[in-house]
Amino acid sequence: MSFANIDWSDIGQACLDTLAMLGGSLVLTILLGLPLGVLLFLTSGRQLLQNRTANAVVGFIVNVLRSVPFVILLIVMIPLTVALVGTSLGVVGAIPPLVIGAAPFFARLVESALREVDRNTIEAVQSMGATTSQAVWRALIPEAMPGIISAATVTAVALVSFTAMAGVVGAGGLGDLAIRFGYQRFQTDVMIVTVVILILMVQVIQFAGDRLAQHYTRR
Amino acid sequence: MSEPAVIEFRDVQKRFASNAEPALAGVTLSVMRGEIFGVIGQSGAGKSTLVRLINALERPGAGTVSVDGIDVASLDADGLRRLRRRIGMIFQNFGLLSSRTVAQNVAFPLRLAGTGRSEIDTRVDELLARVGLTEHAHKYPAQLSGGQKQRVGIARALATRPEVLLCDEATSALDPETTRSVLTLLKELNAELGLTIVLITHEMEVVRRVCDRVAVLETGRVVETGTVGDIFSNTAHEATRRMLGAMAEHAA
Repeated sequence: MSFANIDWSDIGQACLDTLAMLGGSLVLTILLGLPLGVLLFLTSGRQLLQNRTANAVVGFIVNVLRSVPFVILLIVMIPLTVALVGTSLGVVGAIPPLVIGAAPFFARLVESALREVDRNTIEAVQSMGATTSQAVWRALIPEAMPGIISAATVTAVALVSFTAMAGVVGAGGLGDLAIRFGYQRFQTDVMIVTVVILILMVQVIQFAGDRLAQHYTRR
Repeated sequence: MSEPAVIEFRDVQKRFASNAEPALAGVTLSVMRGEIFGVIGQSGAGKSTLVRLINALERPGAGTVSVDGIDVASLDADGLRRLRRRIGMIFQNFGLLSSRTVAQNVAFPLRLAGTGRSEIDTRVDELLARVGLTEHAHKYPAQLSGGQKQRVGIARALATRPEVLLCDEATSALDPETTRSVLTLLKELNAELGLTIVLITHEMEVVRRVCDRVAVLETGRVVETGTVGDIFSNTAHEATRRMLGAMAEHAA
């Protein structure tokens, strides 16, 4: 096979677009999903802010958002996306649906990472007279850090695949390239190159995430 | 024991929503200042709940728990934090922060309280020396043995100079020899600091070794209270006899 159809500057631009979507949405997903996950954990049974109603409400919203397939979410959110960032197209237009799609997923992973913290450790911190915010920031999150980093890694990998889907509604990036050229114009070489780049991206993310999680592991 | 009571339970009841049986069904007892008070019972007897009511990790359903004459339930969030700094607690699974070193664990309650850096350093050195862990100051908990971990727990619990130490099955995860050395340390601290200790356990041997007085708890009720000598020489209640029997079997 020849790689006659490859325009490397297009590929380069698509890579940058994908990375921009990934970076922007990952940061916002963490900023939104971490507090959400902490809230899910703290309001659950026998925890610091136990509150059945709050837990049920937040849990319901998270579950609803997680049940909407991402392709549908992209389309349903178009009016909201336009209202938020002025456009539903390009890298900027892709970020709101990416964040809304990924944050609830990340929040659930954070919640289960926090559940791994030993019950006695939480009680010990409470028994020292910690405020709830001290308990969260100085004990719970540092203790769950390896788990939270793993959660962010899994979420980042999911976001790579979401960005490819976002290509469908004009987001640009590698997924867009693969669909428009690789699929619709039968340019198999473009398809292969984009897929290989996506594979490499996921490998790098997973490797970096594992290393970072390892760095915070003291067990 | 002419000293006044430091901890008092008055007809305390506690029921968890998930269970039909109450965890505590009307407990009344007093812990005197400076004594080592044991609460013994089998698992599910309500011991863990009882000890957690003292520093309000649990709230009573009915009745009152008071410390130094103050009803714990009446305290606001700030008052409760101040109370908790005067009550140390150690745990079966140690409850150490695995992401922090031994020294950082011991410093933790002082940092929460906003104590100055140099004062913290001095106090941490002093505590680690007292529990014999000076050379392990910069290790992480995962690098320590069970007995060493519990010593870190004790040093940390004593950092804010509490008057009361609560021990929740503190030696249950330790082997007999390590148990003895931890108990010896607790007994020494009780004598040196006039520390009041409330110790819950399912092991008679632990009670026999360190406690001044003991309450026997069965299915949420105190079935017997007395000095350790009394309980061991004439055990009136069947629950106590059963536990003594279990201990004799262990020894055999």
